Amino acid sequence: MRPSPTRRLRAVRRALLGVVGLAGFLAVWQTVPALGLIDPQYLPYVTDVLARLAEQLVDLAFWRRLGSTMTSWAIGLTVATVAAVGLGTVVGLVPFLRRATHTMVEFLRPIPSVALIPLAVLMFGIQRQAALVIIVYASFWQVFVQVIYGVADVDTVARDTALSFGLRRREQWTQLVLPTTLPYLMTGLRLAAAVALILAITAEMVIGNPGLGRMIELSRSAGDAVGLYALVVVTGLLGLAVNLVFRFVERRTLSWHQSVRGEQTP
Amino acid sequence: MTAYPGRIAATPRRRGVGSRIAAAGRHALGLPMLLLVVWALVATRATSRFFPDPVTIADAFVDTWVGPAFVEDVLPSLARLGLGAAASIVVGIAAGTVIGLTPWLRELLEPLLEFLRAVPPPVLIPVMMILLGITDTMKVVVIVSGAVWPILLNTIEGVRSTDSVMTETARSFRVTWWERLWFLVLPAASPRIMAGVRQALSVALILMVISEMFASSSGLGYRIAYFQRNYLIAEMWSGILLLGLVGVLLAVAFGLVERRVLRWYHGIREVHRA
Repeated sequence: MRPSPTRRLRAVRRALLGVVGLAGFLAVWQTVPALGLIDPQYLPYVTDVLARLAEQLVDLAFWRRLGSTMTSWAIGLTVATVAAVGLGTVVGLVPFLRRATHTMVEFLRPIPSVALIPLAVLMFGIQRQAALVIIVYASFWQVFVQVIYGVADVDTVARDTALSFGLRRREQWTQLVLPTTLPYLMTGLRLAAAVALILAITAEMVIGNPGLGRMIELSRSAGDAVGLYALVVVTGLLGLAVNLVFRFVERRTLSWHQSVRGEQTP
Repeated sequence: MTAYPGRIAATPRRRGVGSRIAAAGRHALGLPMLLLVVWALVATRATSRFFPDPVTIADAFVDTWVGPAFVEDVLPSLARLGLGAAASIVVGIAAGTVIGLTPWLRELLEPLLEFLRAVPPPVLIPVMMILLGITDTMKVVVIVSGAVWPILLNTIEGVRSTDSVMTETARSFRVTWWERLWFLVLPAASPRIMAGVRQALSVALILMVISEMFASSSGLGYRIAYFQRNYLIAEMWSGILLLGLVGVLLAVAFGLVERRVLRWYHGIREVHRA
């Protein structure tokens, strides 16, 4: 084997290759309509799309839509998380409840939340509440299942030790249950954040409450391909930002945990 | 090893197999039954038209879905779902293996894949409608373009984290490339791959429904949206029920396959835990 280069050099190489990959993708995107492989009416030039993107960034209406989508996202995610942590803790700690709810959970969880869109529209009409039903339903299960596993996963030796040392109730919560559950909760939260964003935008597309999703649907029906592609890029960047932020938060809150510490040592 | 604790736990209770099954049944069905009864009571008392009682929904279910609608709406939907999911699995695993085994390619594509994965899959529906028109191909492509990412990225991760000692051992024994792939790399990556497939299936189901709600005049998603627009409440509920059943059956089928494929893996985990 060759001697490995220093780590910094490798990181630079990685970053460079990544940039080259992105640039290559953009170049291919530009070439395909230029060569006439696909009509620019259907696949617009990447330069046009990026120009539109830049236009959007100084447009107040665009930011209002973005804010609307992210508000639905934030409300939905918060409601789902609070409910899932509360219910998940109770169900996870009481064996009887866990057994009794098991089939119920296994039946409700795989129901695609978009199946509830018609119901939500009937109940709330073309409003944010209808979108929230879908968002909360989808992201609830992600957190709920993780919290149930997490709360039930307390190490038996640790629990016995805590008992024999006479830890009080509150100490048991902070020293035993919380540290065990936190990694599970953070995983659930990260998944739920991504799912909530997907459904916030989906709901706007299908239901038609104001936001980026509705704008996407409007651009399509107006035949504005450039605007459509620009908005798709925006939603991708948004999804990327959500992923990165939650991964960062996860690493920060779990900096003491083996799964994060193990990664940092070479 | 595994039989031992089970025997200890079973002896002091001295309960027959029958009563244990009965207890499990009570636990499994107790709450759903209770909720059904509560729903029925509330639905008959309340005046809300949006929540018909379970019997009405069951009637509507039989009337709506048993018969020609099953062939016209349900089967084509399921066929598109199956086709899309199968294509995602094949493409995801094949491309993921190649990318995972080629370090420079992985580094080249990593940021791009991160971005593509982050695009919410349903926004691809309008894009595909523009590119491909409103066709069956479009719906299958939409499903693939959303469901392929979890499989692709998990395969890359799984292939990459193959135990290096084993790789080098295989190499020094001059195991051929194909054999190494088939007997070492893919099995080592299979837990990750299966986790990706699980995510992909739920994405595929969502995309099947939405693509039909959007751009279709048949299919499960289209029907449900149609019932809602025409205030056919019980029929709409029966459609939601059917979609739920499809989701549950998909999860059960996946669970069976996963247990079969990862039998060795779960076995190792059991031993480690005991």
